[in-house]
Amino acid sequence: MTTTLAAQAAAPGRAKSLPGGRILLGAAVPVFIIGLWWLVTGPLDLFTPTQLPAPQSVLDAGVGLFEGGALFAHVGISVQRVLLGFLFGAGVGLLLGSLLGLSRIADGLLHPTVGAFRAVPSLAWVPLILLWVGIGEDGKVLLIAIGAFFPVFTSVHSALRHVDPHLVEAGRAFGYHGTRLLTTVQLPAVVPPVFSGLRLALAQSWLFLVAAELLASSEGLGFLLIESQNNGRVDRLLLAIVLLAILGKITDTLLGFIERKALKTWA
Amino acid sequence: MTSAPALEHPLRTTVSDQLEMPPPVVAPESLSVTFNEVGRAFGGRTVLRNVTMTVTPGEVVAILGASGCGKSTLLRAVGGLDSGFTGSLLIGDSAVTRYDERTAVGFQEPRLLPWRSIRKNIELGLPKDLSKSEGQSRVDELLELVGLSDRAHLRPREISGGMAQRASLARALARQPGVLLLDEPFGALDALTRLKMQDLLLDVHAKTGTTVLLVTHDVNEALQLADRILLLGRHESDPVEGAAVKALVSVPGTRPRDRAATDLAPLRAELYAGLGVDSR
Repeated sequence: MTTTLAAQAAAPGRAKSLPGGRILLGAAVPVFIIGLWWLVTGPLDLFTPTQLPAPQSVLDAGVGLFEGGALFAHVGISVQRVLLGFLFGAGVGLLLGSLLGLSRIADGLLHPTVGAFRAVPSLAWVPLILLWVGIGEDGKVLLIAIGAFFPVFTSVHSALRHVDPHLVEAGRAFGYHGTRLLTTVQLPAVVPPVFSGLRLALAQSWLFLVAAELLASSEGLGFLLIESQNNGRVDRLLLAIVLLAILGKITDTLLGFIERKALKTWA
Repeated sequence: MTSAPALEHPLRTTVSDQLEMPPPVVAPESLSVTFNEVGRAFGGRTVLRNVTMTVTPGEVVAILGASGCGKSTLLRAVGGLDSGFTGSLLIGDSAVTRYDERTAVGFQEPRLLPWRSIRKNIELGLPKDLSKSEGQSRVDELLELVGLSDRAHLRPREISGGMAQRASLARALARQPGVLLLDEPFGALDALTRLKMQDLLLDVHAKTGTTVLLVTHDVNEALQLADRILLLGRHESDPVEGAAVKALVSVPGTRPRDRAATDLAPLRAELYAGLGVDSR
């Protein structure tokens, strides 16, 4: 008995040392890739700088842009567009998904229409947005919002449709209905699937940001991509890609942090 | 079944019995339930018909029957969870309303909200107009009653099935129901936990005095707990479909009954026969 207890006590200790180990494990492949990159561009000299610049020159490009203030401007405007579009699209998705998920009448009336709009590949709206809204800030944010809307709408709608009817009936049996039933039983029950939808929507937002900025823009990471392509600045191009990866990961981690807090409270 | 002892004879309604009972702490007033020609059909198929009986306040009535005979349907009608029945159904002096707040239901599954602690789940059953401090002290009382005081902070998935059913029972008692409706509440529990839950229910009933309608398919459970047993089923000779009252019998003796008592054997055999099961 004492040995089992000792083993049980030791197990959490091992688990505690794990996060640091996990970071090391997760960093292994990127470090290897950068090492390989350095090897083929530096010592082995297999590529010309216009084909594949060395890691150091990508870093230098970043420092150069940072010193001129351009890096901050590009990143700032891109993050602003993503956040605005995501908040707008996800907000409308939450509202409309809740409405259609809870009301059979609204569902019957609107779901076929929303379904038809969902069937249109979102980028097909681009020419129309260009003509109607123009591809200024409004047009870009609108395109990102369209990208963020559907994952959120679909997850909220289907989650509310599938809340355990036993729990809802129990809620009703104890005198809950309308808004009280919604906040007591239905909304907490859909927290986990809704967060999956939100994370998917955030990834979509970054996707649509790049699409919008590639099409027409004078600043932003997508602009940096297209401008670097036109000028043959592969170092800046790689820098933009790395920055997109880092920003996407940071925003997803932040949302994941909120998700864990929410799950602790509701799941 | 016609030879069943003491038909329509409630046992524990004599004045002296009532006086000896401790004052009810949870149900200030238990209510009667009057079924008058109650029936229910689903999509043209009759499940239940012609149920007529009166449950007196404070009585424990077991509704016994084979699977699919409409036991739960009858119970759901009393709770106002189902409004599609025919005939009339009174609680006290007035008709059943939608999700009637004079009743409380203990479901077969505990149906606890997984994201709430046991305490918060029991709070769900409190009446809306109760003040916060009164509500808290009532929940404390109920946690004590069902023996979950030291588990109140846990989530439903962290406790056993028997504990979850006790929490579900406490939640049902939180609104001080005039009629407590239990739909096979111990059906999914293991045999030993089941016996303990039966004792707990008797304990709760002794303390609260609330009217109890208990759906079960377990003859022994019905004999152990009930003042009267309503046997639902269909006579072979009946030309029409749908279950009706096959028998309404009073269970002799006073609770708590000895589980090994032999004097209930004839009644047990009759009930088994009524359910279409050979008891030998």
